[in-house]
Amino acid sequence: MNVSVPINHTQAESDLIDRFEDARAGLPGSVAVAALREAAISQLRERGLPHRRVEEYKYSDLRAFLKSAAPLAAAAQEEKLESLLKDQNAFGDLDRYRIVVANGSFLDSHSDVEDLAREGVVVSNMGDALVGETGAQLLAMPKTAPNDGVIQLNTAFVQGGVVIDVREGVELSKPIELVQLAASAGAQAVRHRISIGKGAKLRLLETFVGNAGDGELNTVFDYDIADGANLASTRLITGSISATRLITSIATIGADAEFKSLGFIAGPRFARNQQFINFTGENSEAKIYGVNMAGGEDLADQTLIVDHAVPHCNSREFFKTVLDGRSKGVYQGRINVAPHAQKTDGEMMTQALLLSEGAEMANKPELEIFADDVICAHGATSGQIDEDLLFYLRARGIPEDEAKTLLVLAFLSEAIEEYDEEDVTDRLEERVREWLAGH
Amino acid sequence: MLEIKNLHARIAEDETEILNGINLTVNPGEVHAIMGPNGSGKSTLSYILAGKDDYEVTEGEILFNGENMLEMEPDERAAAGMFLAFQYPIEIPGVATMEFLKTAMNAQRKARGEEQLSIPDFMKRVKAAASHLNVSMDMLKRPLNVGFSGGEKKRAEILQMSLLEPKLCVLDETDSGLDIDALRIVSEGVNKLRSPERAMVVITHYQRLLDHIVPDVVHVLSKGRIVKTGDKDLALELEKNGYADYVDTAA
Repeated sequence: MNVSVPINHTQAESDLIDRFEDARAGLPGSVAVAALREAAISQLRERGLPHRRVEEYKYSDLRAFLKSAAPLAAAAQEEKLESLLKDQNAFGDLDRYRIVVANGSFLDSHSDVEDLAREGVVVSNMGDALVGETGAQLLAMPKTAPNDGVIQLNTAFVQGGVVIDVREGVELSKPIELVQLAASAGAQAVRHRISIGKGAKLRLLETFVGNAGDGELNTVFDYDIADGANLASTRLITGSISATRLITSIATIGADAEFKSLGFIAGPRFARNQQFINFTGENSEAKIYGVNMAGGEDLADQTLIVDHAVPHCNSREFFKTVLDGRSKGVYQGRINVAPHAQKTDGEMMTQALLLSEGAEMANKPELEIFADDVICAHGATSGQIDEDLLFYLRARGIPEDEAKTLLVLAFLSEAIEEYDEEDVTDRLEERVREWLAGH
Repeated sequence: MLEIKNLHARIAEDETEILNGINLTVNPGEVHAIMGPNGSGKSTLSYILAGKDDYEVTEGEILFNGENMLEMEPDERAAAGMFLAFQYPIEIPGVATMEFLKTAMNAQRKARGEEQLSIPDFMKRVKAAASHLNVSMDMLKRPLNVGFSGGEKKRAEILQMSLLEPKLCVLDETDSGLDIDALRIVSEGVNKLRSPERAMVVITHYQRLLDHIVPDVVHVLSKGRIVKTGDKDLALELEKNGYADYVDTAA
């Protein structure tokens, strides 16, 4: 039907195709997995990286941004890991389990596998699982997921990750931190499959630490939330000024279930947090929050699609963006309501605060509604710091920088507080302060 | 303490002249009232003292304890002891009142090279001041001024004033929007702060407030100049006869 015209590959695209040839023999997986990888790299070969003419990447032109592509990171050297983990501990002394993925591969030795098993959570190596019979099933996307260039890139290169299985009815005593560590330079492609059994409850902290160098980091979280289950995911996307972070969630939500997430971006040169959320059972709820910060020449992109495929589900999307320097913020949010998804309740809001003249925000909230008995709303605002508020604080003796910090924190805290995960609230606000101090 | 010499000022944006040569000296321990009709420049004067950059001083100077006040940033003025009780205290969503008080007190202490307050010490001070002003703990937990009634906002201003212990208090129409009970509570709060080391400038339309906060000196401001100065009886006379005697009716 379509005649594909060969495209001229950019340096980064040529690099990626070469890297794939170099790496393919060493990448884990069954014959079926290898075929999925092959199909994914063919798509890259044909279409190139996602670019501004692809609607979903209109404001975040990955093709133009990536000048080259680094080889996949080599296996991490164990001796360095503990000190790296200790140095970059985003959640301080918060009591939690830990699962470590370093340079793309699951590290059993640094993860609390046995303690988690006692709680009813089975953690296994995605790299091993890909070799097994169900490997291709793990790597394949749900039918509802879009054909997305970043996910395809992940499929082609995936090195490893974890498969977490929270058994039916299990409620963990504390959260799990899933740390993705860059112990040395190089790209990483990581895939996690996280299943929350019926009536089970998991609080997940997702962090990305280490010196990622110039290599891009591409991680896909594939959540399967069963009936009556509950997942709260706090995602902290941080990184150095040269870091590229492409993080994707695919969430499939059963009946009477709850999915809550907060995507926090601060620091990377190019960060995209994209979430594809699909309701498959009735009476469920998704609450999606975002705290989005960018300065310098950074780009911070929060993109999501919530598919109300069934009736009687609620979704709430609340995103806050703060921009400084010549940075760019992107919010693309779409709520789809299928023809029979009556009684859907969807409410989406995105608000941006611009601290400089050169910063730019692209807000794109969308509703696509085919049912007639629904409540859906969306809104978007962009503004500057209110000079009258600033003057009031300064007139009380608070220096300008501190007063700005207070106001920015107040702006962002609305989303953090509504996310309402008490034990992480203070630590997230601390991260905001840290980011502001650097800008 | 405060010396205003031949102060001329205008609105920065459209260059409308507001103040046309104000001279005013306020000594420690004194309470000065500034009265005048709408548009005479009372609020502008208070904003210029606090350092709002919507106004531009074109002539004259302001000395605060001998220092050139016009060269100081708003937060530096506050740390040096200047306090403006706003006519319309602003709502600051997301900033808890308690957190704001602690930040402001410690910022001023830091600027003056003093120790930061310990949490128990801070709490003790807040509780004591709040009880005098009938400010509840519930109010202190709420975001600053958000959802406060008019009276609550003014009480919160005076609470800040007592905690920050300024040298110069400028009260801009603190009586506006207050009922009789609230006026009494606020005035008592202000009177408690009267001391030989502290000066006050009370800006008001009405003599009513001056029954509660009795001034040493009363000035009448008209068209950006002080046109008459007297003792507290001047306020009574204004209440009776209005401002007509002091305002150039030909204008």
